[in-house]
Amino acid sequence: MANDIVVGKIEPGCKKVDPILVADNVTRQFGGLTAVNVDHLEIPRGKITALIGPNGAGKTTLFNLLTGFDKPNTGSWQFEGKNLAGVASYKVARRGMVRTFQLTKSLNAMTVIENMRLGAQKQTGENLFAGLVQMWRGQEARITAAADSLLARFKLDAKREDYAGSLSGGQRKLLEMARALMSEPKLIMLDEPMAGVNPALTQSLLEHIKGLKANGTTVLFVEHDMHMVRHISDWVIVMAEGKVVAEGEPSVVMKDQAVIDAYLGAQHDTDLGTMKKGK
Amino acid sequence: MDWTQTFNLTVGVILDPLTAAYILCAIGLSVHFGFTGLLNFGQAAFAAVGAYGMAIGYLTLKLPLLVAMGFALVCVVIFALILGVPTLRLRADYLAIVTIAASEVFRYLMSTSAFKDVTGGSNGLSQFGYDFFDWNPIPVGKYTFGPFDWTEDQLWIRIFSFSLVGIATLLVWLMMRSPWGRVLKGIREDEDAVRSLGKNVFSYKLQSLIIGGLFAGMGGIVFVLSMSNVQPQTWVTNFTFMVWTVLLLGGAASMLGPIAGGMVFFALWVFVNEILAGMSSMGWLPFLDPAQVGQVRFILIGAALMLLVIFRPQGMFGNKKELRFNG
Repeated sequence: MANDIVVGKIEPGCKKVDPILVADNVTRQFGGLTAVNVDHLEIPRGKITALIGPNGAGKTTLFNLLTGFDKPNTGSWQFEGKNLAGVASYKVARRGMVRTFQLTKSLNAMTVIENMRLGAQKQTGENLFAGLVQMWRGQEARITAAADSLLARFKLDAKREDYAGSLSGGQRKLLEMARALMSEPKLIMLDEPMAGVNPALTQSLLEHIKGLKANGTTVLFVEHDMHMVRHISDWVIVMAEGKVVAEGEPSVVMKDQAVIDAYLGAQHDTDLGTMKKGK
Repeated sequence: MDWTQTFNLTVGVILDPLTAAYILCAIGLSVHFGFTGLLNFGQAAFAAVGAYGMAIGYLTLKLPLLVAMGFALVCVVIFALILGVPTLRLRADYLAIVTIAASEVFRYLMSTSAFKDVTGGSNGLSQFGYDFFDWNPIPVGKYTFGPFDWTEDQLWIRIFSFSLVGIATLLVWLMMRSPWGRVLKGIREDEDAVRSLGKNVFSYKLQSLIIGGLFAGMGGIVFVLSMSNVQPQTWVTNFTFMVWTVLLLGGAASMLGPIAGGMVFFALWVFVNEILAGMSSMGWLPFLDPAQVGQVRFILIGAALMLLVIFRPQGMFGNKKELRFNG
């Protein structure tokens, strides 16, 4: 089954059949702390890959490095075979590698639909002079139509004219993801997409992420919800203390007792409330 | 107390060219702060560059006045680039510090005697505005509209300066309803989010700084044409803070805000001054001597600004909803 993803032996940093993103020797130090120290990592194209690991494992820092929001101490990486190290964050997004943030960045004093329109790429009206002479009207209508259909899929269509700041935390997560999709990314990187989203919506969001894959979009996401990871991911990468420590199919990786104990904590499936009582 | 004089002065200042100059600066600041979120505390410098650019272009470079005005605007663009390229990568509060410092640096450069031949040093420059009044197409005479009573030259500079205000407002309106303006508003809200959507945030901030600076430069031109001289002490930080007051009073992210804010602010400014002076001369304010009246109105205006920002942060014309969510 894993043969359509991996070439050779399954191990941390293993070679993929068709990688969309390849990173080598990426390190990032904060003072004496090495937050990220990844020797080799490949993200398979057209698959849903989960990046998991305990808090402080360096998942978000790795996201920041790969998308140009932070500068590594060493390292190089290629997206679709082209070098991406040292490329400015906005250019990374233009190449088709778009991320969301762990702390949701909705644009609060703008309406939901304006948030969505902002996500679209190659807008003529974003040039000052073209914007002044109204050359963007036709494109704007097409962008709005695309935005409306995405909003409907994310059940945000009723909130279209509301300010993003008036949405709940979960709705903002959805809006941020929908906005990222407006740019029609080749690789979408979601940082904890399910945090704060209510369970009823989770199900439809999972279906939507699967739908992205069906459309040929590669998904890489950080998540702590192990049920979600098990449910939708084709591949799981485990990080701890800045390193990639395990890779594999979700069913295999998550049964690996060493991974569970060492990197997720022996009580990863236990409710926090029960843990407190246990103390 | 002379109520007629109080009324005439108060109404008269509403259409004063100096009011128009402050409004133009406030329109520029609304582009910077209201729409892009740039904390520019050096708006006086942009106006000063416009003012000195025109005067020096005319007097030293011997350019025709209209060309000198264009030269002034080119100077503003260069100033914005010098200021913006190294600083726009900084966080908002650092930008505030850098801009206030830059405006003081520019003012001292203009007043130092080292460049006296070009800048006029602390005496400033004059005798550059005759051509402007030579362009006046309005026949000589007295023009009276209701409480307003102007000579042909007074009418001409009012038409000129408020036309600029109208053009600037129209341009800002067109810009802010375009996708370009949408990117600016996005940057105001969260520049990393906008970056993650593939927009070159630095370039947009620089464009915003230049455009807002150009409006301030026009404000500086109007100011010195009206005063018929340019003096370094005009462009003190007080000038910047008056522009901020005008902007916040009207509404930082609104089209009519700077206009209404400027008119209301200066009407109040004159009105309070006249009332206080009148009360003082009638002996109603025994604790104040007439010379202190001018300072008391600064205190009153300052207190009013604080109350405004606390109780009506969106200003007179701002959209309350746009400012409700700050967190």
